[in-house]
Amino acid sequence: MANLLELRKVTKRFGGLVAVNQVDFTLEPGRIVSIIGPNGAGKTTLFNLITGIYKPDEGEILFEGRSLVGLRPDQVTARGISRTFQNIRLFGNMTVMENILVGMHTRFRASPVDILFQTPRFRGEERELREEALRLIRFVGLRASPDELAKNLPYGEQRKVEIARALAARPKLILLDEPTAGMNPQETAETTRLIRRLRDELGITVILIEHQMRVVMGISERVTVLDYGEKIAEGSPEEVRRNPRVIEAYLGRGVAIGAIA
Amino acid sequence: MIGAKAKVWIERVQNGRSLYLVGVLAYILAALLLMNWLNRPGLRDAVWYPLVSALAFAAFLGSLLLIYYAPLAGLVKGILGLSILLVLLPFLGVRNTFLLEVATQVGIFAAMALGLNIVVGFAGLLDLGYVAFYAVGAYLWAIFGSHQANIAFGTNRFPLEPEWFFLFLFLAVGVAAFTGILLGLPVLRLRGDYLAIVTLAFGEVIRVIVNNLDKPINLTNGPQGIRPVQRPPLFFKPWLNALGIRLDDPTLYALYFYFLVLVVIGFAIWLARRLENSWVGRAWTAIREDELAAQAMGIPLVRMKLAAFATGASFAGAMGMIFAAKQYFINPESFTFMESIGVLVMVIVGGMGSIPGAIVGATVVTILNLQILKGLSLMLNKLRQAGVVIPILNFPLSQWPTQLEPAKYERLVFGILLILMMILRPQGIIPERRHRMELAEALGREEAPELERLPAEEELPPVIPAPEVKPARD
Repeated sequence: MANLLELRKVTKRFGGLVAVNQVDFTLEPGRIVSIIGPNGAGKTTLFNLITGIYKPDEGEILFEGRSLVGLRPDQVTARGISRTFQNIRLFGNMTVMENILVGMHTRFRASPVDILFQTPRFRGEERELREEALRLIRFVGLRASPDELAKNLPYGEQRKVEIARALAARPKLILLDEPTAGMNPQETAETTRLIRRLRDELGITVILIEHQMRVVMGISERVTVLDYGEKIAEGSPEEVRRNPRVIEAYLGRGVAIGAIA
Repeated sequence: MIGAKAKVWIERVQNGRSLYLVGVLAYILAALLLMNWLNRPGLRDAVWYPLVSALAFAAFLGSLLLIYYAPLAGLVKGILGLSILLVLLPFLGVRNTFLLEVATQVGIFAAMALGLNIVVGFAGLLDLGYVAFYAVGAYLWAIFGSHQANIAFGTNRFPLEPEWFFLFLFLAVGVAAFTGILLGLPVLRLRGDYLAIVTLAFGEVIRVIVNNLDKPINLTNGPQGIRPVQRPPLFFKPWLNALGIRLDDPTLYALYFYFLVLVVIGFAIWLARRLENSWVGRAWTAIREDELAAQAMGIPLVRMKLAAFATGASFAGAMGMIFAAKQYFINPESFTFMESIGVLVMVIVGGMGSIPGAIVGATVVTILNLQILKGLSLMLNKLRQAGVVIPILNFPLSQWPTQLEPAKYERLVFGILLILMMILRPQGIIPERRHRMELAEALGREEAPELERLPAEEELPPVIPAPEVKPARD
């Protein structure tokens, strides 16, 4: 089976700092994989390279066999890659519903003329996508009203809205940047279940950046470890956990190995 | 049948709705009576007259705001509002054309504020050179609707006949939108402060070009400006005569421009509202809220920003053209940086991103500028001529320097107004409200019958006691 996503020797430098160094990465469709690594290891930079926010200095990024290098973030999204952000970036002064509708931006087909004269095409599309947004709200288990402003939601709910917004574009691949950061154990468990459902029920491939080992070990089929921009290990959660380099680079810093079990 | 109707009426009285209607009508009547009383001969010479008449007019226009907020059925609101705008105001205006002049100016600025609101309020692009598009529209008609084009192109085909005005109105919209795109292309990669500085410079560049383009080709006649500018045709004059309405041409033109501006504003509101509640408006707001996240949602930043710029510019273009025809004379003085700031103040005072806010902001600022400050100046002059001396200070008003006339306080007033707004009500007079009825609409239900919960205290509109405020539904 062809790879959904393939990174070949991708490098990104910021001045003298090599944030991502010669990283190879392949991903088959239908997987849930994690990227872990200490702070500053280049995980988020890798996401930004895939989504077109940064352009790689070297290397090639292929999605469904076609290069993503040089595309703008909106074009990457249109190809079928959605993401969430490490520090939630919702549109605070818009309602939950509107946030999700913005996520559907690439799917609206009504022309300005349709909009101005509110043609059946405009109305139909608007109603259809709003209904779908409501389904998404239910899917991610949001308790808040769709009419609530995003900035008024509690933290955990905001995370869910962000995932719903990312799903709204009907992506093939979703990049989740620390989706459980700052959550309590119950919320974390809920989110972990949600991530698995993305794949199982919607068939979306997932890449996860995560700090909570419980989440990483619990749901990912493969773990990639970055340290100082380099890929130092890759494999099943079990393999990675036993890899001496990983223990040294990532877990060895005062963290007992037992803590990750 | 009658019983059922009576029942409805009783229910309405119990709901307190008809009380509101009575209240609103009483307010309108009181304002009308006041304005009527002010029209009496003899009063005009009174010292307080200019100020009181300005306040009376403001109070009269305030009835529109009252109607907007009153918990009445949409149809009732519409009828009341339209009858004020289409009947009462013109009627008052025929007796006192200055009112029409002010109302027209309010309208011109309201449409500009609506346009700038799209750029600044919706898309969050701080444009400090907005007046440039106004100038583009104004000069487009001024050049071809006067002898100026003859001088520039060495023909004697011009001025164009008045009938061309309407074609040029569309042309002005297009040319201004095109200018907006031209400006937007290079600068839209900039953000925030940088964008503001570059647009400010652009506004000044256009003014300086207009000021200096009297050579090598005399296109704009430089600082002297262009006069006379062709006015639109009085095509309806025979019809009015047939109806037995005989008015002199200045009054007719005043009415004409008033209605023309009303039509354009109606169009502008319609356009802004439709866009606001579509993927276009949501994309703009998303860009305002978080550019990076918006782009990650698949929004092409440059294209959407250009669309905002072009749409906003087109409003200004149309208004500039109407302004040129109305003023009969234009020169670069009308297109200074202060005008851009003025429109921006209107948007901020009214409430960024809020369509009714832009209109209210334009009304407040324009009336303040055109009527209240001028009224104060007139009052001061009268007192000065009467040789009044300020008692305790023993300061004769005749020695009050003319540089300190209230009419020259425009900038000071803008400044104070902005500071006060930022302290007391940073979200504007009528803050932006997000569309709240999605659920009901999405499910195809009737409009949700339940009352909306009261807005939080800081959101309460001023003046109005506001129980049962209906959402700002369009």
